[in-house]
Amino acid sequence: MGKTLAEKVWDAHIVRHAEGEPDLLYIDLHLVHEVTSPQAFEGLRLAGRKVRRPDLTIATEDHNTPTVDIDQPIADLTSRTQIETLRRNCEEFGVRLHPLGDTEQGIVHVVGPQLGLTQPGLTVVCGDSHTSTHGAFGALAFGIGTSEVEHVLATQTLPLRPFKTMAINVDGELRPGSTAKDIILAVIAKIGTGGGQGYVLEYRGEAIRALSMEARMTICNMSIEAGARAGMIAPDETTFAYINGRPNAPQGKEWDAALEYWKTLRTDDDAEFDAEVSIDASELEPFVTWGTNPGQGLPLSSTVPDPESFTDEGARVAAERALKYMALTPGTPLREIAVDTVFIGSCTNGRIEDLRAAAAVVRGRRKAENVRVLVVPGSHRVRMQAEKEGLDTIFTEFGAEWRHAGCSMCLGMNPDQLAPGERSASTSNRNFEGRQGKGGRTHLVSPLVAAATGVRGTLSSPADLDLAAN
Amino acid sequence: MEKIIRHTGVGVPLRRSNVDTDQIIPAVYLKRVTRTGFEDALFAAWRGDETFILNQPAYRSGSVLVAGSDFGTGSSREHAVWALKDYGFKVILSSRFADIFRGNSGKQGLLTGQLSQDDIELIWEVLENQPGTEVTVDLEQREVRCADIVAGMEVDDYTRWRLMEGLDDIGLTYRHIDAIDDYEASRPSHKPRTLA
Ligand code: SF4
Repeated sequence: MGKTLAEKVWDAHIVRHAEGEPDLLYIDLHLVHEVTSPQAFEGLRLAGRKVRRPDLTIATEDHNTPTVDIDQPIADLTSRTQIETLRRNCEEFGVRLHPLGDTEQGIVHVVGPQLGLTQPGLTVVCGDSHTSTHGAFGALAFGIGTSEVEHVLATQTLPLRPFKTMAINVDGELRPGSTAKDIILAVIAKIGTGGGQGYVLEYRGEAIRALSMEARMTICNMSIEAGARAGMIAPDETTFAYINGRPNAPQGKEWDAALEYWKTLRTDDDAEFDAEVSIDASELEPFVTWGTNPGQGLPLSSTVPDPESFTDEGARVAAERALKYMALTPGTPLREIAVDTVFIGSCTNGRIEDLRAAAAVVRGRRKAENVRVLVVPGSHRVRMQAEKEGLDTIFTEFGAEWRHAGCSMCLGMNPDQLAPGERSASTSNRNFEGRQGKGGRTHLVSPLVAAATGVRGTLSSPADLDLAAN
Repeated sequence: MEKIIRHTGVGVPLRRSNVDTDQIIPAVYLKRVTRTGFEDALFAAWRGDETFILNQPAYRSGSVLVAGSDFGTGSSREHAVWALKDYGFKVILSSRFADIFRGNSGKQGLLTGQLSQDDIELIWEVLENQPGTEVTVDLEQREVRCADIVAGMEVDDYTRWRLMEGLDDIGLTYRHIDAIDDYEASRPSHKPRTLA
């Protein structure tokens, strides 16, 4: 029997296999940031160990970094300590670091692909659950805990038990106005936030093949919101073209050798998945979440659901609780929900294509009066590119705040937070209670919906704007 | 990692079940960047209460925590194990542990021994009637001894072996360093590097 993509990559990384024991898996790329690494480095220091492969390790500052006044000392003490600790650790252990202010600084999951470090067939880990992003290149990429970070730093390996595999078939063609974000929100709404537990998801089908690399990253990024360990997409010409010429991409003969290998990285026709799910992309409308987990989402044309309509007792209780927190009344059209803040950014939707898409919607318009619009590029490079294209001007003329790169309001570890009771339309990945600030209420949306919402002040899609203009 | 074959120390009776990791160490302490020095964070919410067991002089030097069932449930934070170890605990005894907590403990050299609830009750009685009584935890014999109580203790073979050998996860992987060297020798040269 043939093998799935995930199995091929797994098998190619087995350092040691013994009956009844976890496989020892080799790690090709280890991404590090300031929040989950301090204790790992200290563990090494306490045991007198060193980093085995600094040349397969790279660090950046993202979770705590401010997005304004980045040349000033960081005001929050905890944030400053974490950042300073990372700098000391990288220096001491010889790890490449892109600190705040550096051209290559940014959200760890934006930086890896942008440098060309993320490549097909790699194993990629990071002390961060959204490491699944890198699976868009056909890499096996997953988040790990702090003691695993230490383990990888020390040995460049991890003892792991194999995952199960699930195919997510997305056929049909996306309608204008619907995007990768809507595909993944629809997938999560369909299989639930626990539906992917124990699985590596492989996204397949013509709708996936038609997506750009950045859109594929948006999809793989949120695999974790479906409970999965990782998400993957088989590499193809789109992938190769994206990598070619980037700073850390292979060159010359190495490129040819790499390409030959990468082309073998697809699920064999006779391979079997442990589970399969299908979605028709041509039926998808822009999706928004109404609740407090990413599975509580609906097409924008729907109304806030009535908890009583859920047959499953658990889902009903969860919906009741979510609506209370979100201060929403069943039956309200989603389009009538007014927001205070629009956040465009994060490792889900903070790349250049996302900013272009949002800018195209807001160009020449003014934001709704009572809405604050925050545009936070995923990396410093994305920011520079956007400025080259004049997107920053479009955003500022629209009335948005043009910020520096980082995780920002995705999790509010820096000062970019929602105030209690404030409501946002956010292009990030988690709408948990308090995620964007204590008492904050989050609706997850695509960049197109975020931008249109900024124009109208209520949850909207670009189509709503055209209608209004007519 | 320190080897554990046998440990004798003052037993601390914690008559509570379902002690979750948030109670072992509240979330505010997760912001720290150190790996040691969490002793003050252990059971922080309860430490303000004078009558709390760890605030009683006879138990202060305790190293064997005898807890109620379902110890270590909740979030998977590894800090819970660090806090218990930093305080000075070498062994936690309970009739049932949360899986992740148990896994984290084994990896970091904190022994979690499973006893029957009846034996836990008997030991609690001794420790409460004669504060400061020592408990001997014999990993080799899989046995707990306290006053005249001799209780069987359940520990899985793999964890027992690791603790007796003093092997943490990394130490264990270092045993296969040759396999890692071999693997690296055959890694394709087109794989990316972060350093020039
Ligand atoms: S942008 Fe959000 S999800 Fe992504 S790494 Fe940062 S905090 Fe995590």
